[in-house]
Amino acid sequence: MSIKAPRNPMPSQDAIERKTNFKEVALGYDKETAINEAKRCLQCKKPMCMQGCPVEVDIPDFIGAIAEENFEQAAKIIKNKNNLPAVCGRVCPQESQCEQKCILGIKGEPVAIGRLERFIADWEAAEEGKETIQTSCNNKKVAVIGAGPSGLTCAGDLAKLGYDVTVFEALHTPGGVLMYGIPEFRLPKTVVKREIDYIRDLGVKIETNSVMGKIGTVDELMNEEGFSAVYIATGAGLPHFMNIPGENLNGVYSANEFLTRTNLMAAYNFPNFDTPIKVGEKVAVIGAGNVAMDSARTALRLGAKESIIVYRRSKNEIPARLEELEHAEEEGVQLFLLTSPISINGDENGQVKSMTCLKYELGEPDSSGRCRPIAIEGSEFEMEIDTVIMAIGQGPNPLVANSTPGLDLTKRGNIIADEETGLTSKDGVFAGGDIVTGAATVILAMGAGKKAARAIHDYLENK
Amino acid sequence: MFKIVDHEQFADNLFLFKIEAPRLAKKAKAGQFVILRAFENGERIPLTIADYDREKGTIDIIFQTVGKTTKKLGLLKTGDEILDLVGPLGEPTEIENFGTSVVVGGGVGIAPIYPIARSLKEAGNKVISIIGARTKDIVFWVDKLKAVSDEVLIATDDGSLGTKGFVTDLLRGKMDSEQIDRVWAIGPMIMMRAVAEVTRPEKIKTIVSLNPIMVDGTGMCGACRVLVGDETKFACVDGPEFDAHLVDFNLAMRRACYYKEEEQTAQTSGCNNNGGGCQCQ
Repeated sequence: MSIKAPRNPMPSQDAIERKTNFKEVALGYDKETAINEAKRCLQCKKPMCMQGCPVEVDIPDFIGAIAEENFEQAAKIIKNKNNLPAVCGRVCPQESQCEQKCILGIKGEPVAIGRLERFIADWEAAEEGKETIQTSCNNKKVAVIGAGPSGLTCAGDLAKLGYDVTVFEALHTPGGVLMYGIPEFRLPKTVVKREIDYIRDLGVKIETNSVMGKIGTVDELMNEEGFSAVYIATGAGLPHFMNIPGENLNGVYSANEFLTRTNLMAAYNFPNFDTPIKVGEKVAVIGAGNVAMDSARTALRLGAKESIIVYRRSKNEIPARLEELEHAEEEGVQLFLLTSPISINGDENGQVKSMTCLKYELGEPDSSGRCRPIAIEGSEFEMEIDTVIMAIGQGPNPLVANSTPGLDLTKRGNIIADEETGLTSKDGVFAGGDIVTGAATVILAMGAGKKAARAIHDYLENK
Repeated sequence: MFKIVDHEQFADNLFLFKIEAPRLAKKAKAGQFVILRAFENGERIPLTIADYDREKGTIDIIFQTVGKTTKKLGLLKTGDEILDLVGPLGEPTEIENFGTSVVVGGGVGIAPIYPIARSLKEAGNKVISIIGARTKDIVFWVDKLKAVSDEVLIATDDGSLGTKGFVTDLLRGKMDSEQIDRVWAIGPMIMMRAVAEVTRPEKIKTIVSLNPIMVDGTGMCGACRVLVGDETKFACVDGPEFDAHLVDFNLAMRRACYYKEEEQTAQTSGCNNNGGGCQCQ
């Protein structure tokens, strides 16, 4: 196979069609395309791609197995390291992880590692009578707080090592951001449920409806309930607002609320599902990260005539994945760049009717390395809208930290934990994912869960 | 799943469930609430914990059937199960010996004032309970309240039980005759606002329990934003109890009505704001 062979494109639902439904946008490779793509891999002796994978998947090995049409073997290789491959294959930013390091990417296009991972995960799910992994139990109990990507990864890895793991989840469904945050059209919930079932098959117990910090504490888990170690992976769940006038008007949502209603509570299927959502005709989403793209695209699918991303920097600084931005634009999401609201204005019933915005220009780079937006004096203008979605980031939820004495926190309330091990200031307590790093990606959270599982194993072996 | 071990119907649209939830019962305190999701396609709705029994491992919830969810909930009986129940959520009531404390409960708000009255009594307060409802059929727990109060006063709109009039009339009367150190008011938003206005001139610290629209109840969605003394608070984690003299009730009432149309679409009438009641009909 020539190095110059182009990367196989991902088949996807037509943009006009898909913006009216919640079905998955990217359709996935078929067998032939997957094998073709796998054959593009050079099988490097020193594979750079693996350095870009936070969960250490043996990438060339599984791609080699695909090229040889041994899908079963490929699945085994992936699952040896990655407990959530169908999720990762869909939502990992591969372009800045494994695929960024692929040698083919220097002169051409990198191997589509993420798409191949997804192909194998989906292939395996469709196969009947898959074998279940037998794990032995060493009777040591470990508690994981939060059933998001980080917690589930840690729990799965610990179960594979023989631990008796219980995951405590605040919501009624495990999955964390995979269930409440990322939309159905990007990550179908059946896929998430399937991968969670796999974690359960490994022997992990998941207790839903359990808000730690309220129904129990870390100290109680360790001192009264016999857990030898605890991994805190409670994520970044506290929505930020801008603190501008009018944010409490009807029609202003946090992205968290907007997405949770739609995804977790299936409000897009109202009234078949009881949870309502209102979208209006003209929606402004403030912010331009992945969560903002998800919100803007969801708004269109809920029936908004116009969905606008309002972002105070320029297109170059947009933090969302390029693929997400492209998908959003294809579907008709508009970009209002170098713009930010200074107030939200309501009608006599307290319903949003417009935003007063300022135009910005870019100055010198700030501490984040991105150019600092500077407001242009006298540039005020009014934008008529009926719904505003604040997608400007999330902070750490304080419930667990506040109920755990001896846990050191940053000024912002994130848990201070060692990057390599997740070890916190409290003996036997580990933490990772967004609660430590602040809002980041699914795969980084999973990587932290993996490292913590290893560190917890070391800790308990030497105890 | 959470089993309903006992149920009681106080009136046509007023129900009590005693639910088996041992972990929750062990931790519950006066002032806290739960969120439940009774059915697979159901909403998550917040309800205040009306009572708890740590030994038997049960909690009581009392609700009025106003929207689709509570109407469906009202069809459940002893032995049935609630799909999801999470709590105890929110901050507990601040309890100490304040001196003479008055707890005011309106309508279904009679339920959450009971554990507060009991805790206040245990802390040594003189407890005066003032309860009110439209008519005598929907007044409940008078005996339970008597057992933990020094005095129980009742008002009904139609005079069918106790004094004819409003709880605010009774409260004003009490304020005229003795020194009141602290007041709690839980019930429809209009009632809580009225109580706040009665105690404001006298500067008697007054606490209300807000029950805004919520989804998760753990600080994640921000739907329950309320304005308290010019500061936006999340009722689910910062509350649900706030200083009544600082709460922006008008904003809270508007926000409670946001899904009024959708509630009607869901083939029900009224606003699905259980317990609090925005009275937007």
